[in-house]
Amino acid sequence: MSQLNLIQVFIAFLIFPGLLFALPMGWMMMWLERKSIARMQGRIGPPFFQPFFDFIKLMAKRPIARLQWESNIYTGLALLAVGANLGALTLLPVFLNSSAGVGDLILFVALAEIAPICWILAGFASRSIFGQVGAVREATLTIASNLPFITALLALASAAKSLQMSDLVTQPALPVRLLGLLALLICLPVKLRLNPFSLPNAEQEIYSGAITEFDGARLALWELSHALEWVMLSGLVICLACPWRSTLWWVNILLFGLGCLLMAILLTTFAAATARLKISQASNLFWRWGFGVSLLALIVALIPLGV
Amino acid sequence: MNQFLQSWIERSRKRSPWIFHLNTGGCNGCDIELLACVTPRYDVEQLGIRLEGSPRHADILVVSGPVTRNTERALRTIYNQMPDPKAVVAIGSCPASGNVFIGSPVINGPLETIIPVDVYVPGCPPRPDAIIEGIAEAIKTLNQKQPKEINEEARK
Repeated sequence: MSQLNLIQVFIAFLIFPGLLFALPMGWMMMWLERKSIARMQGRIGPPFFQPFFDFIKLMAKRPIARLQWESNIYTGLALLAVGANLGALTLLPVFLNSSAGVGDLILFVALAEIAPICWILAGFASRSIFGQVGAVREATLTIASNLPFITALLALASAAKSLQMSDLVTQPALPVRLLGLLALLICLPVKLRLNPFSLPNAEQEIYSGAITEFDGARLALWELSHALEWVMLSGLVICLACPWRSTLWWVNILLFGLGCLLMAILLTTFAAATARLKISQASNLFWRWGFGVSLLALIVALIPLGV
Repeated sequence: MNQFLQSWIERSRKRSPWIFHLNTGGCNGCDIELLACVTPRYDVEQLGIRLEGSPRHADILVVSGPVTRNTERALRTIYNQMPDPKAVVAIGSCPASGNVFIGSPVINGPLETIIPVDVYVPGCPPRPDAIIEGIAEAIKTLNQKQPKEINEEARK
């Protein structure tokens, strides 16, 4: 196990795959989502810089008077979500040999789970009925989707006999890798709150769910956190799907970026083609099929170990 | 630096107006015309316009209908819940004059006696292209709004 190099961690956090890369990438993925849905519906769709303009505009809105503690909680939760997503991004094994990439799997899972928890807390803290319904739905779906998500990561970890992200990329055999990735893929739409699992932010039913009461800069922070979530989750699948890494650093970055965009198109097409499920149907799907696939992956991973 | 930032903020406001739609007791004719704006034929998303469900997220309040007694309080609340800078667009003849409902004991309108209105779109109902033009006019007023430091009314 190699030592964590502080400078490399900072570079990973601030430049690649952290802030400087993930911010434009996340905006591009959000634009691609809106644009491709528009094209599929026969519309023209928003211009390329739309998420950027949305962000600047929301940041420049004048704040609404709130009680001090309310204001602090709103801003704190949004900032925590952005920070946790950036931290999880830092741990992605894009370069296998760099010591900043030797992220611990447990730390990654913990950081990736902070943003949904903040979202749930934000919904309850806003005391809006829509926020509370959104938070309850998010909580139900988070539990249901994390079961296959964590079991699939566990299967990959047992196949790799390691809890390090870079070993997860190189070690697992093909059957475990495919089954594990399938289970992770099933979890992505629910973690990004896309159709058919867009229950927590169902806009025709409960407006924006937990963030209905958020205004201006705090809403901008939530949009930012969502953009980072896009990069982080699709980046995870891309990193685990492709064990091959080039020796040239820019080829790796280019492939990672292209993979992310491909994932965005894939997820959007799936979202555009499906209608929203009921909460019971969605959680049933994860407890039965999602968990089934990931359990199969775990069994396949454990057989060679002789457990 | 400040000037540079300000110019970007003004540009962003022009390119990303999110609207909140409120029917204050109209006949639904204008609402259907407004919804036609987001369909493939008119597609206002190419101007960055997005129909928002929460007044907290919106920049432009689009009101249709004469203001009835029952909707007046909701109208005031929703207007005050929107963060500054904000604009109001009155769609159709009802919010402008009361239209055929004028003189009714249950009408508290017209709209301008309750909240400040920036743009009127005449018609009964107006065509979707007229509504889009009205929203485009309202976008221009967003940058000229007097800066209010903090909106006390919006606490409700």
